[in-house]
Amino acid sequence: MATESIEAARLIGAGLAAIGTGVAAIGVGIVFGQFLNSALRNPAASDGQFPRLMIGFAVSELLGLMAFTVAILILFVV
Amino acid sequence: MASESKIDPMHQFTVEPIVPLHIGAYDISFTNSALWMVLALAVITAFMATGMKRQLIPGRWQVAVEGVTGFIDDLVRVNIGPEGRKFVPYIFSLFMFILVVNLLGLLPLAIVPGLHAFTPTSHFSITGVLAVVSFAIVLIVGFWKHGLHFFSLFMPPGLPLIGRLLLFPIEFVSFMVRPFSLGLRLFVAMIAGHILMEVFGSFLVSGLNGGVGLGLLVSLPSFILILGISALELLIALIQAYVFTLLTSLYLSDAINLH
Repeated sequence: MATESIEAARLIGAGLAAIGTGVAAIGVGIVFGQFLNSALRNPAASDGQFPRLMIGFAVSELLGLMAFTVAILILFVV
Repeated sequence: MASESKIDPMHQFTVEPIVPLHIGAYDISFTNSALWMVLALAVITAFMATGMKRQLIPGRWQVAVEGVTGFIDDLVRVNIGPEGRKFVPYIFSLFMFILVVNLLGLLPLAIVPGLHAFTPTSHFSITGVLAVVSFAIVLIVGFWKHGLHFFSLFMPPGLPLIGRLLLFPIEFVSFMVRPFSLGLRLFVAMIAGHILMEVFGSFLVSGLNGGVGLGLLVSLPSFILILGISALELLIALIQAYVFTLLTSLYLSDAINLH
């Protein structure tokens, strides 16, 4: 009984940790959406800002990947 | 119910020795990870060697090679400046290695029984070493060029004293966490994509085993999803290689130009 409830708690915890990936998806969507929004206003300047787009993408994606790592650690390692 | 055909998505990441080799207490076996890195080296060498014939009128292959080198050259020139030219070889090798290793890991070799593609970048020991090498180069260049003045990187100019005292620990932590975040990003992005494909692949197989109805209901959508995910993974492989090199060149630019 005790081990089963611990297993259940582990799975619930992994599921809760995976919520973070969805929240990071909102962040990545905001980054690309805002970029498109401003790139369509001034298409001539958009190519020069591509590295900055990628930095914003990488920084916000990292937090989602960390949430994913926590979920994987709970599922397979602990 | 689920236990009889349990999906094991982590099995594809096991490192297996091909040629066992021990020196003293150290295990330096030639593993499948090493094999795929050697394959990546062979692919890069073939790609570069066939395109570096210095023809006056470049053929298609030379145009491809010039495209990649020009891309990295532009990246370094824009982000570091004229002093960055001597880092082009390192950043170019980093980009090519990560890109080719990522792409080779996506080869659908598992159609042949007993064979499966392996991605060395899905291990933190590989990406961590790459990140630490980048970070070490940043530190060496920074201290070589600026001496102890390098620490002014943590002190943005034009701030009052109280602001500096507040900002110093934040800047310091954000600097020290760089190699960790650099390695983690690549490794987790690779692992996530491969787990996703493995999970949907096993959905497809168990759906087909369940009969025609279940096959149409489960396997067909999974197959379409796998197609989409494969395309996405090709994009991710490219973006992660680009992000790794871009961040490396930005950190180098921090060390060279300070603020």
